[in-house]
Amino acid sequence: MVDKMKLTFVVSLSLILLVPQAFAKVNVFACEPEWKSLVETIGGSHVKVYSATTAFQDPHHIEARPSLIAKTRQADLLVCTGAELEIGWLPLLLRQSGNASIQEDEPGYFLASDYVERIEVPKELDRRDGDVHAGGNPHVHWDPNRLITIANALSQRLQLIDPENEFFYQQQFIVFDERWKKNIVRWGKKAAVLRGKKVIVHHKNWSYLINWLDMKELGDIEPKPGLPPTSAHLARLLKQTRADQPDYILLANYQNPKGARWLSKKTQVPLLSLPFTVGGSKQATDLESLYDEVLSALTQAH
Amino acid sequence: MKSVPLASLMLVALSNVAVADSTGKISGNEFNPAISLILDAQYTDIDNSELELPGFQLGGEAGLPDNGFSLGHNELTISANIDDKFYGLTNIAIVYEDGDTVVELEEAYIETLKLGAGFTAKGGRFYSGIGYLNGIHDHAHDFVDRPLVYDAMFGGHLIGTGVQARWVAPIDTFLSFGTEVTTGSEFPGGENEDNNQGLSFFVKTGGDFNVSSSWLLGASYFESEFDVREAGGHAHGGDEDEADNELLNGEVDVVGIDFVYKWAPQGNAKNTNFKLQAEYFVKNEQADVEFTEGTNSAEASYDGEQKGFYIQGVYQFMPAWRVGLRYDHLEANNSITNFVNSGIDEEEFLEESGLGTAGDPNKSSVMLDYSPSHFSRIRLQYSQLDNGLEETNDIFTLQYTVSLGSHGSHTF
Repeated sequence: MVDKMKLTFVVSLSLILLVPQAFAKVNVFACEPEWKSLVETIGGSHVKVYSATTAFQDPHHIEARPSLIAKTRQADLLVCTGAELEIGWLPLLLRQSGNASIQEDEPGYFLASDYVERIEVPKELDRRDGDVHAGGNPHVHWDPNRLITIANALSQRLQLIDPENEFFYQQQFIVFDERWKKNIVRWGKKAAVLRGKKVIVHHKNWSYLINWLDMKELGDIEPKPGLPPTSAHLARLLKQTRADQPDYILLANYQNPKGARWLSKKTQVPLLSLPFTVGGSKQATDLESLYDEVLSALTQAH
Repeated sequence: MKSVPLASLMLVALSNVAVADSTGKISGNEFNPAISLILDAQYTDIDNSELELPGFQLGGEAGLPDNGFSLGHNELTISANIDDKFYGLTNIAIVYEDGDTVVELEEAYIETLKLGAGFTAKGGRFYSGIGYLNGIHDHAHDFVDRPLVYDAMFGGHLIGTGVQARWVAPIDTFLSFGTEVTTGSEFPGGENEDNNQGLSFFVKTGGDFNVSSSWLLGASYFESEFDVREAGGHAHGGDEDEADNELLNGEVDVVGIDFVYKWAPQGNAKNTNFKLQAEYFVKNEQADVEFTEGTNSAEASYDGEQKGFYIQGVYQFMPAWRVGLRYDHLEANNSITNFVNSGIDEEEFLEESGLGTAGDPNKSSVMLDYSPSHFSRIRLQYSQLDNGLEETNDIFTLQYTVSLGSHGSHTF
């Protein structure tokens, strides 16, 4: 009881002390463009967001470049995917930034995948299985329902970091939630024709989309996650493709198209090279238009 | 936006407690640190395994591999956040040479996580922040062997036991300053009474030219004063007594610049990329020399200026495959005065102490490597080493370097 009172006292005191300070824009370091877009949607004019990667980069393989250290140094909030997607570069940026407020246990550290259940969590971990993520499939932005959960958590985090604009961030989430729920219904109708469609993917980065739309993944062009296709693997895949007759081959447009092109040419199965995230095409300027474009491409190719 | 309200921190702390409780796990191994093991071995075809660089006293780990099969640095790295304030890392190399297994503590340090305002402090034993390649462990280098200038100037790497402070400027161009105070007792420093004579400064700046290319530029300075520095003189043949080669009351300083340029189409390094790097160092040292071989000896005053650089390019031309070229060059300008002969004439002294200069040692290397995954690499390299005496040493190497365990981050 006494502790609670003490806490209340400290809380009120710190609020009194800090509220009068005028907050500049919240400086956000997003690891991927999808999170930059989401932060901008929720944060509006109160945030200034930098994306560490573009839609044409593979977020698994980014170098901890000097420019990224300079950006992490100045960030108030870091918004990344997590689930080990950025394990090759983010820990280094954090340690080199000298920035206390974005370290792992601070409010300035936000990993989107922490807030949703991940699929494809490996039962056992063995490097023979390639570049597997112990935390499961990290590409969570391809499930619109999970995105709502993440947007909610992000809105709360912005409220925590920038309490002066608490109401604004709350409102922005409510707007997002409504709009996105309508979109999910609209997309669901549009994509009904995709149910049961069989796809071959380059890498398992479409799994959430495939699950959401009830499609079926037959195989991967990569023999193991993160490894370039080998001729033996492609030969097996060719046999399987001829037998199972998939409807599409899906490729994120930053990925090496060689294997997918070869398979498509040999089997006449249409190859769809799609933007994987915001900025991956002219139309995909935010998450909504990204979904619109990819769903249109899938339904048109059908 | 500078500080986060204390109240918010407390709220976060409270909610974390709730989450941790909900899993209900009680076990002792959930806090295991990240463990990574590097395995490294090679087959070498070499004319002469003894490294001689006239004009340069060699120390530390400078050397050439044995002919035939040999093990490299098999290293164990253990690291983790110690608590919310500190990060800790240790790197232990296990070296097997001439029938002996030697354990070398390469690094063991703690580093702050929360000083904030761009500051980071480090304490313990660590690879100095000077230069570009100095802080990068050998297994992450692009060639089998270190550049000649690192062997000649630092005996491999400049390693210190002491403290380091770094600061990153709050601007969009990367700009970082660092300083270290260390024992200064390791090569090119030497034993000193206070065990605190090593001092270094470094500044690094870098950024992106565009989405496909980025750069890093650095300048460094190191100095140390020492009472004694041992440099193993080489005794010729088995019948002669072991030579004793000492520098006394000396001082040494090294200045250097380094540059790195990296290119990858659209910043996507996975399929194709190119890396160009170059470093240049100048070392100045003065000391009294005492050279003893059996009952004979010689004394002199030594004032040396030694320079060296390397430039290398590595191109990944398709996924998993890279080729690289490197050129190394050294130049020594030593002055020996007050020579006192007690049974060893000046010519013999100059040759055997390693202080006599003769031509410019240089080395040209070409390598091809294949990395089937992130965790394994097989490399073939050919080097031609010219020690400046117009004796060329042809070196062919086939090497593997693999890593087991946790996925380490790679520095730029």
